Amino acid sequence: MGESLANSQLGAFAYDPAPESTSVVNLHASYGLFIDGEFTEPSSHEHFVTLNPANEELLATIAQSSEADIDRAVRSARRAYDTVWSKTSGAERAKYLFRIARLIQERSRELAVLETLDNGKPIRESRDVDIPLAAAHFFYYAGWADKLDYAGFGVNPRPLGVAGQIIPWNFPLLMAAWKLAPALAAGNTCVLKPAESTSLSALALAEILQQADLPPGVVNIVTGDGASGSALVEHDGVDKIAFTGSTEVGRLIQQRTASSQKHLTLELGGKGANIVFEDAPIDEMIEGIIDGIFFNQGHVCCAGSRLLVQESIADEVLRRLVRRVDQLRVGDPMDKNTDIGAINSAAQLSRIEELTAYGEREGATRYTSSCVLPEKGYWFAPTIFADVAQSHRIAREEIFGPVLSVLTFRTPEEAVVKANNTKYGLACGVWSEKGSRTLWVAQRLRAGVIWANTYNRFDPTSPFGGMRESGFGREGGRHGLEGYLDV
Amino acid sequence: MTPEDRGVRIATTSAVPNIDSESQLKALLSGMSGVDAVGVEGRCAKLATRSIKKSSKMSAIDLAISMVDLTTLEGADTPGRVTSLCTKALRPDPSDLTVPSCAAVCVYPDLVAHARSVLGNSRVAVASVATAFPSGRASLKVKLLDVADAVSAGADEVDMVIDRGAFLSGRLGQVFEEIVAVKAACGEAHLKVILETGELVTYDNVRRASWLAMLAGADFIKTSTGKVTVNATPPAALVMLEAARDFAESTGRIVGVKVAGGIRTTKQAISYLVIVNETAGSLWLTPELFRFGASSLLNDLLMQRLKQQRGAYVRPDEFSGD
Amino acid sequence: MSEERLDVRKTYKLLINGAFPRSESGRSYKVETATGEFLANVAQGSRKDVRDAVVAARGVQQKWWGATPYNRGQVIYRLAEMAESRRAELREHVMLCEGLELEVADRLVSRTIDTMIWYAGWTDKITQVLGGANPVAGPFFNFSLPVPSGVIGIVSSQDSSFEGFVDAALAPIAAGNTVVALASERRPTPAVLLGEMTATSDFPPGVLNVITGVTSELAPVLCAHEDVDGVDLTGVAPEDVDELNVVAAGSIKRVFRLRDVDDDALRRIRAFVETSTVWHTIGQ
Repeated sequence: MGESLANSQLGAFAYDPAPESTSVVNLHASYGLFIDGEFTEPSSHEHFVTLNPANEELLATIAQSSEADIDRAVRSARRAYDTVWSKTSGAERAKYLFRIARLIQERSRELAVLETLDNGKPIRESRDVDIPLAAAHFFYYAGWADKLDYAGFGVNPRPLGVAGQIIPWNFPLLMAAWKLAPALAAGNTCVLKPAESTSLSALALAEILQQADLPPGVVNIVTGDGASGSALVEHDGVDKIAFTGSTEVGRLIQQRTASSQKHLTLELGGKGANIVFEDAPIDEMIEGIIDGIFFNQGHVCCAGSRLLVQESIADEVLRRLVRRVDQLRVGDPMDKNTDIGAINSAAQLSRIEELTAYGEREGATRYTSSCVLPEKGYWFAPTIFADVAQSHRIAREEIFGPVLSVLTFRTPEEAVVKANNTKYGLACGVWSEKGSRTLWVAQRLRAGVIWANTYNRFDPTSPFGGMRESGFGREGGRHGLEGYLDV
Repeated sequence: MTPEDRGVRIATTSAVPNIDSESQLKALLSGMSGVDAVGVEGRCAKLATRSIKKSSKMSAIDLAISMVDLTTLEGADTPGRVTSLCTKALRPDPSDLTVPSCAAVCVYPDLVAHARSVLGNSRVAVASVATAFPSGRASLKVKLLDVADAVSAGADEVDMVIDRGAFLSGRLGQVFEEIVAVKAACGEAHLKVILETGELVTYDNVRRASWLAMLAGADFIKTSTGKVTVNATPPAALVMLEAARDFAESTGRIVGVKVAGGIRTTKQAISYLVIVNETAGSLWLTPELFRFGASSLLNDLLMQRLKQQRGAYVRPDEFSGD
Repeated sequence: MSEERLDVRKTYKLLINGAFPRSESGRSYKVETATGEFLANVAQGSRKDVRDAVVAARGVQQKWWGATPYNRGQVIYRLAEMAESRRAELREHVMLCEGLELEVADRLVSRTIDTMIWYAGWTDKITQVLGGANPVAGPFFNFSLPVPSGVIGIVSSQDSSFEGFVDAALAPIAAGNTVVALASERRPTPAVLLGEMTATSDFPPGVLNVITGVTSELAPVLCAHEDVDGVDLTGVAPEDVDELNVVAAGSIKRVFRLRDVDDDALRRIRAFVETSTVWHTIGQ
């Protein structure tokens, strides 16, 4: 045919590195446990290291909580509950939370850098998403503290007491805010355990709590591994467990708290379907799909990891997606122009590698970005699998990484059936310019959050949480108070 | 997929479809995918966070200077002012020969001949607004005379306005025919079609008007006249660049994009270049396919350029006014 | 001389998917009154019966939830009408099963029928009471709706054979769930009667399934069944609760247990609804 092609390369104009300065962060060599308002040594004197996943450099050593330390923290929380916090009026609790929100805003740059150092996420995301939302959560729940009578759970709803809270490594400070803000507003005291690989921003938050003059013991922050978490789950002095993490661990926690009177809320895994109809706003939809799966390296429980695309536009969507993926800027998380940062840990990287290897073995077609990955650190190039079947492991299991599985459908009915064909029920996306169909689909999706013509949006006023094996209970909004009130 | 597939792929063997009737045009345009306003604005907000530093900033500034259509469109314009503008477009910073010249000087038709005489055969083009700019409120006959006037006076480029009233009331055939007629009247001159996106209001309209203009033969599609309340905005430019990209991919014809009105700072200009870079790609990163219609922008680009070189801010008086 | 008429006794059967089978196992067990007299032989449901009931409940759940709340309210109201017309029978069974004075049983039945009316009125209020719009900081319309958890397994109160059963079954049903309910083991007949009434009150088959039998045998089956989304363990013996909790955790079930009789209805309704939050962009 003598076809001659012109090719317009996207992102050809190269941006020089624009690294955020890390000088705003003053890292300590070693961190203790935050118990009863003070940093203390763990009883065992054991510490573990926390690394920068982008270059495997040592950031600091972190205290490993033993059972005795957890006991000390729970007792401190109980004492604070009995003697101070349960006697503090809602209006006063509100002012503490407002203070904390303001302090987070004041120190937002430092917190963003710290988060990116410890987690590996791009500074653009920690700066524009994690930290502002963390502050917003405290600000929102602050206002509830003296208005609990109007929250819809009857007059004078009582707090539960001591809340044990275990959070994951994907949004370290934001998850701490999601847990602490509603708990404190409702009048509980807390023992918070950050994830082993991302303790630093929670420990910075401890300093903020000190600056806010929050009474000692109202919040205790205990670092450590899964054993520390177990000790917290099983401690008799805890009235409530709130957990965010994998479905496997959530199941264990539900079993272990089965024989107690502990209240429980679980925010677990997902395998979100992003449903794309042929009348979707195509350019925004492509961006939404990209955002849905590659935001935060895909380390998002509500990630849109299954793309369900209407057959009539499947080829076009795939072509545009592959083109767009190739354009993502992968690399130094501290660079303000980085789109995709480092995988949080070696363990997570090997899980992603294992599942993607399955994808190829099971016959899916793999498209991986041609980006160059840094030599040191934990990295995974953004990847799309086409020709995926419902039965493939990559369509069923949560990969928790930058990997998208693409499936097709023909009718809205089929899209709904495929979207619901999972044990999870956390989040879904629907893309269409036809409002009536969008609502028809939304009504039938078994998911706690449904994004229409957008994806991965979060707001303190908006309840978030799952159905089925994605857990129970909601965080955010009026609904988020329910898990911390005896109602 | 080959590496070429991962860029914007323009098959030069495809062709622009013939439009034979208004109903065919309407069917084609109404069949296009819509634009989600929140999505496109969100995408722009994200692109606006790109941090362009050091040598990439220098080359972006030079590229932006070379893309400026240095413009004066005032009732009070004089030959003297146009002379000054032309001199500046040829050599924006007389003290530094490495500064590229601008793409064009843009004036009203009556000043085209004068601009031509100053610019001679230089690389800087003479652009003229025409077709009863800026409102477009005249008969087709008058508009075509306006164009013929500008072209015969030596305009290399003609910036026409579309009839927004006709577009918004659904008389798409009329808008199309006007562009076709103006294009014919332009002869060799390049035609830039001003959509006046601020008056089209919705992004759906911007996308459809872009396609309409490109189908009718526009060499460039341009956001605004600079004479209404809402001028160029990054989201409107993004939608137009997407349209130009998709049009090139599906027809093989490559159409340029010009943003105009309200672009005064280097920061704004660079953020438009980022949008071009990440939406349409390398092919459009040239004055042949991307322009800024502006006046005060040039001095800010020059100031920022010196600042990059000297490491300190310079005083505005370093450069000539208009 | 008129001969004394021999009364026609009734066989108490299961209710699965709108049909009244004997247990597929063919087993039955003897049920006595509170004073120890023979009351009836009641079908002894099996594991398979529970499974069949879950299939039926799952099959109709979308339809039940898809019906208008107004319609669901009318269906439940119709049940109250049926109960009212058979109140003498209900009263007798409650009296015999629970060993109550006639008058006390009468009041209890009245109160329970009123409870049905209360739930009939809830169907089109739940969304407004538990849902709402969320004022997010951005150009999005955002609303939260309470949606049913799905299929709910109920181990009904062992003592409160009628009132407890009605309360436990109708709260999730009003919210759009479908139910597989284990009747009180020793006092199953009022629940069976209620099941019969649903058959004549426009309940789509499968919305309420009633299984009679041995609680300790059947409750673990309900709790382990992965297609059951939530369980109400109110009727489980305290010593068995922990173990069933562990079983239920296998598929992250919602678990509810009535704390005291003063628990309000909203707590019961909240137990088996999920909040589904929808975001949509707002733009021209």
